[in-house]
Amino acid sequence: MLTFLSQRLLQIIPTLILVSMLIFGLQQLLPGDPALIMAGEERDPKVLEEIREQYRLNEPIPVQYFYWMKGVLSGNLGESMRLKSSVSSLVAEKLPVTLQLAAMALIVALGIGIPAGIISAVKKDTAWDYGANIFALWGLSTPNFWLGILMIFLFSVTLGWLPASGYVRPGEDWRASLATTVMPAFVLGNAIAAVLMRHTRSAMLQAMGADYVRTARAKGLYERRVVLKHALRNAMTPVITLGALEFGTLLSGAVLTEQIFTIPGFGKLIVDSVFNRDYAVVQGVVLVTATTYIVLNLLADVAYVLVNPRLRG
Amino acid sequence: MKKTFHRLTLAATFMGLALSGAAAQSNLRVGLAEDPDVLDPTLARTYVGRIVFSSICDKLFDIDEKLAIVPQLALGHETSADGKTVTIKLRPGVKFHDGEAFDAAAAKYSLERHLNMKGSFRRPELASIVSIDVVDPTTVKLNLKEPFSPLLAQLTDRAGMMVSPKAAEAAGDKFGLKPVCAGPYKFVERVQQDRIVVEKFADYWNKDQVFIDKITYLPITDSTVRLANLRSGSLDMIERVLATDIKTVRDNPKLKLVTAVELGYQGLTINLSNGPKADTPLAKDARVRQAFELSIDREALNQVVFNGEFVVGNQWINPTNPYYQQAFPVPKRDVTKAKALLKEAGVTGRMSLDFMVPNNPETRQVAEVLQSMVAETGFDLKIRVTEFATSLKQSESGEYQLYLIGWSGRSDPDGNSYIFHVCGQPQNNSGYCDKEVDAWHNEARIKSDPAERKKIYEKITAKYLPEGSIKYLYHRRVLVALSDRVDGYKQMPDGLIRVVGVKLK
Repeated sequence: MLTFLSQRLLQIIPTLILVSMLIFGLQQLLPGDPALIMAGEERDPKVLEEIREQYRLNEPIPVQYFYWMKGVLSGNLGESMRLKSSVSSLVAEKLPVTLQLAAMALIVALGIGIPAGIISAVKKDTAWDYGANIFALWGLSTPNFWLGILMIFLFSVTLGWLPASGYVRPGEDWRASLATTVMPAFVLGNAIAAVLMRHTRSAMLQAMGADYVRTARAKGLYERRVVLKHALRNAMTPVITLGALEFGTLLSGAVLTEQIFTIPGFGKLIVDSVFNRDYAVVQGVVLVTATTYIVLNLLADVAYVLVNPRLRG
Repeated sequence: MKKTFHRLTLAATFMGLALSGAAAQSNLRVGLAEDPDVLDPTLARTYVGRIVFSSICDKLFDIDEKLAIVPQLALGHETSADGKTVTIKLRPGVKFHDGEAFDAAAAKYSLERHLNMKGSFRRPELASIVSIDVVDPTTVKLNLKEPFSPLLAQLTDRAGMMVSPKAAEAAGDKFGLKPVCAGPYKFVERVQQDRIVVEKFADYWNKDQVFIDKITYLPITDSTVRLANLRSGSLDMIERVLATDIKTVRDNPKLKLVTAVELGYQGLTINLSNGPKADTPLAKDARVRQAFELSIDREALNQVVFNGEFVVGNQWINPTNPYYQQAFPVPKRDVTKAKALLKEAGVTGRMSLDFMVPNNPETRQVAEVLQSMVAETGFDLKIRVTEFATSLKQSESGEYQLYLIGWSGRSDPDGNSYIFHVCGQPQNNSGYCDKEVDAWHNEARIKSDPAERKKIYEKITAKYLPEGSIKYLYHRRVLVALSDRVDGYKQMPDGLIRVVGVKLK
């Protein structure tokens, strides 16, 4: 186990170096001049030159990369050109928001997707199955921004039940926090629920046809026990993997949904920073997300090994 | 029965959530179209940032509805006969948010900070100042290189904002994270892209006119969502309502719409001599540019894209501006004359032009309407929708033949024309250069008598409109929508939201 862990940890280092180079390099391909966009209407050549100097925009790209990496290794992700605040503090401010939204969306997705998948598999070719399939098709084909705006019109403008947008930290007022995040979480969770439902359904159908299920039935077990204990348990493995992957994607920020509901998470930060060519912020956020993703993957691998001893080398 | 019960519980839960989100007393919630940049008057450069500054940072001077310059932190000013010194009398008894006194030394400090700080965007605006003297605790004297009449207008904006020297010294270039000024509200907190909260400043010099305890600025980029928030009562005020949403606001009895014609303009910049792309008859021959302009029906454009809500124009200032030259009205569309001009210029066949258009739904529509209008005369506009930051860069490097771009506007006409018209100026990306026009512009900067300046601008207008590189098209309206709870709000033409005197019912 120790060898396995140390091997995997060693593999992370080149991956992260590659990721950092990619983030840095790809960003340089963006057309536009950060100093120019920063200056906006106040385009004085002398001031522009000062900005370029201050943020080392005049240096060759490898030199810029070197300074950035030097900072990153000493725990300094740089400074936002636009806001003058440190990237680390921005990340620290946004990470809990994105985590909260991702967790809530995942709860929505699991809460809808798995039961719907089970029902449609168990009640195959009945109205329940068709209903669940229609739901999945709807969930997959409805664009987030459209569903988001419709929900705002229904629940905020017409019914007045929920605030149309904005965000409140759970620590400040947990009920208000829930009120501001329930719609975006539903919008995000809905699409994932559809995917989860389809996967659960097919995994369940496979499991339901397996020998051990026939044996369980032959033993005279109640159908409920057969479905939930024998079939579902075996069908869950691929679904959980999928859920974990979707969670990783959610962590990188849900750009459109955050934009519509004005949730100040990673997605909104990245989009604003890309449009403003605020390189340090984009680099910092992508690096943090990539690292989180890699670590999550590692944890998933470790979990597999723990569950399945055959994988230990 | 059970189902009904469930539904009721669900509804009750939602209601509970909604009620808990209701605002506290006397909190004005303002929906902004963007997230402001750094809140340091020296380093800031966004329009939306100026909206926030107008509640936290008072300026030496301000403008009124008629664009007249009125004192704010100053009491008045006097310009010497030779125009080279401006003496400003300051308002006594003013305090900064940290309790420090605002006096001549603080004013000198603030202006010098604008002038000397690294990366200061105010330096070009105050470039005419050579030195600042403290005459007495309530008087400062600005010594200028040469007379510069737009200086006072500069002091009505960020360049005139006064910061607490103590706080600014302590914070350095991080001052913008917690600005300390002398405005009616003091900074409380900011969560990037989420909100900026300011609260009433108890020692404000004009505190009797401040009626709201707290203001929360919420950047909501999507205009539909911004309006939905106002309609649902989550916001009390929103800026930059879309022209196409005006009807929705007017039809809603709970909302009010206040407007003013913008200080800036929207126009078409023609690349005259910037790089190889300028090699077109349009760039080389003023008659072709006139033919192009005569192919445009500005009124129709306004009707089609903006439901006729904006104001058509042909000069760098709008027709309500005191400096507008009535002798040069908006030209009517005349395709026959346009074709004749093209013939005179020896242009035969159709002319294909690379038309760079920043990516936004409104400008795209404007571009399409223009495209169909000028097609009749023989211009084929190839619309190239470009992301904004990229378009800025390409306009600098001359990678365009036509560029649809506007200017947010300044209260002095110089701010809308000098940097675009004069040879080699930073915003003159089209490469227009005419020594005579330059001389007139410089003369207009020296003269301080408005009538005299207007006469000089008349000469510039006569020369620039037929020959120049910018075809001015229209002026947007500053569109601010309010809930009927908001009382006493007045819209100034600069589009900023001034909160002094505003009440919340």
